[in-house]
Amino acid sequence: MADALLSLRGVKTDIGRYHILHGVEFDVPEDGLTMLLGRNGAGKTTTLRTIMGLWRAAAGEIRFDGRDIARLPTPDIARLGIAYVPESMAIFADLTVQENLVLAARSGPPDPQRLDWIFARFEALKRFWTLPAGNLSGGQKQMLAVARAIIEPRRLLLIDEPTKGLAPAIIANMIAAFRELKDGATTLLVVEQNFAFARQLGDTVAVMDDGRIAHTGTMASFAADEALQAHLLGLGMGEHQ
Amino acid sequence: MKRDWLPLLLVPVVALVALPLVGSATSWVTLTVAGLAMGLMIFIMASGLTLTFGLMDVLNFGHGAFIAVGAFVAASVMLALSPWMTAESIWLNLAAVGPAVLAAMIVSGALGLGFERVIVRPVYGQHLRQILVTTGGLIVAEQLLKVVWGPEQITLSRPTELRGAFLLGDVAIEKYRVLAVAVGLVVFAAMAITLNRTRIGLLIRAGVENGEMVEALGYRIRRLFVGVFVAGSALAGLGGAMWGLYQETITAAIGAQVAVLVFIVIIIGGLGSVGGCFIGALLVGLSANYIGFIAPKVALGSNILLMALILLWRPQGLYPVANR
Repeated sequence: MADALLSLRGVKTDIGRYHILHGVEFDVPEDGLTMLLGRNGAGKTTTLRTIMGLWRAAAGEIRFDGRDIARLPTPDIARLGIAYVPESMAIFADLTVQENLVLAARSGPPDPQRLDWIFARFEALKRFWTLPAGNLSGGQKQMLAVARAIIEPRRLLLIDEPTKGLAPAIIANMIAAFRELKDGATTLLVVEQNFAFARQLGDTVAVMDDGRIAHTGTMASFAADEALQAHLLGLGMGEHQ
Repeated sequence: MKRDWLPLLLVPVVALVALPLVGSATSWVTLTVAGLAMGLMIFIMASGLTLTFGLMDVLNFGHGAFIAVGAFVAASVMLALSPWMTAESIWLNLAAVGPAVLAAMIVSGALGLGFERVIVRPVYGQHLRQILVTTGGLIVAEQLLKVVWGPEQITLSRPTELRGAFLLGDVAIEKYRVLAVAVGLVVFAAMAITLNRTRIGLLIRAGVENGEMVEALGYRIRRLFVGVFVAGSALAGLGGAMWGLYQETITAAIGAQVAVLVFIVIIIGGLGSVGGCFIGALLVGLSANYIGFIAPKVALGSNILLMALILLWRPQGLYPVANR
């Protein structure tokens, strides 16, 4: 297995008086796609937000490329080459599609070739380029949120439920885009509820339960172990198709 | 996208509805110019406050302190340059007003920097404490103004060439109000260009919508907020200087008095919206002047009534900021 680009060790996060993460530990191998799975409320979103510095870890280490980033402010974490797509998408509704992407391209105007590559996968963004993002449909907003994260090459993408509410055709485009990113030396950590999507893309998997990591390993072995899936995710046979 | 024109139409609608009620066309023109001038001065004072709320959810009840300090500093400079103020030359008049306004903006901006660091920063994200602490800051600032400038009101005459009125037929339009309209429009245009045509403006607009996501994109929003806070304080200083000349008397309470109008304007406009603040300020200025003429007894409550009516129509204000 490749070296870990991101490692979490004993990460604890509290939100108010609630203890959400109770010592999360897992590795995200470089240049691969790691799926972070788990039931609702297991702590997946909190884990991503903690990595991004949006919620502070009360204890533990978060190492990115060997450097502890657990105490860094969010902008400094982003500047290390980590992009985040929240579950809420958090697009800027009053800004146009173009402005959303221009803002996300920190180093200057977006690279035209990169834009063409994005438009080839998410054609709607080109069509609605000058429209306020608030006018896009839910699926189009999700495309924009992902496009914003990949408008410039990043080392690590943290993506929270990218397929939520998306039509199958858009999911297929999303899979193609993530595969190409992975082949292009981008590391991805994706939170996902759609196991069919997860098993198609994931190289490795970490499964959370009640604020802890309950299982880590390769996606191939996890996908083959239906009993483990049933135990950790509560999946029935029908959901494996 | 369908642009929301309805709030924009309110301004001409209010003006046209007032025409038959005022009765005389000449009075109506005079009142309209006076209302626009008053509205634009309030806009100058309010624009920074609405952006600081939009960016960091900061309720700064001490904003009136920057207005008052601007008025006092400008008055001091103008009084020191009184020979130029009383000269019958527009250039000498402007040579006195220009440095006075500049000094007001610099001192208010510097005060804003200190206010943000000492008073606002410790209470980020705590609305109740923000209200208490910034109100306390305003009270302290008022008392300090009395210590520095004395408890008596300062009488300030406008420069010679800005007194009196232009006569257009039977219509008299005060020269100072024309200047106030011009300055207000220049400030609005500069803000519109900055917000819509520059990267810093793009960041501010995005930050007003979702500051957390702006940080996740790698931008330090707190620095941006400090910059906006200082610029907003400087604009409040400019507005205070102009308001002082408009009233021709300055007291330590000038900031707190006009801050009531400022808060009404930013609530009407939609917290965080500069465009809404602009429309709200014009509506407040126009309605105050029309109602003051038509029914002086209800003039005091006219702005509260206007705010209540607009919030009944649009509870988030005229142009609610998305995601808020």
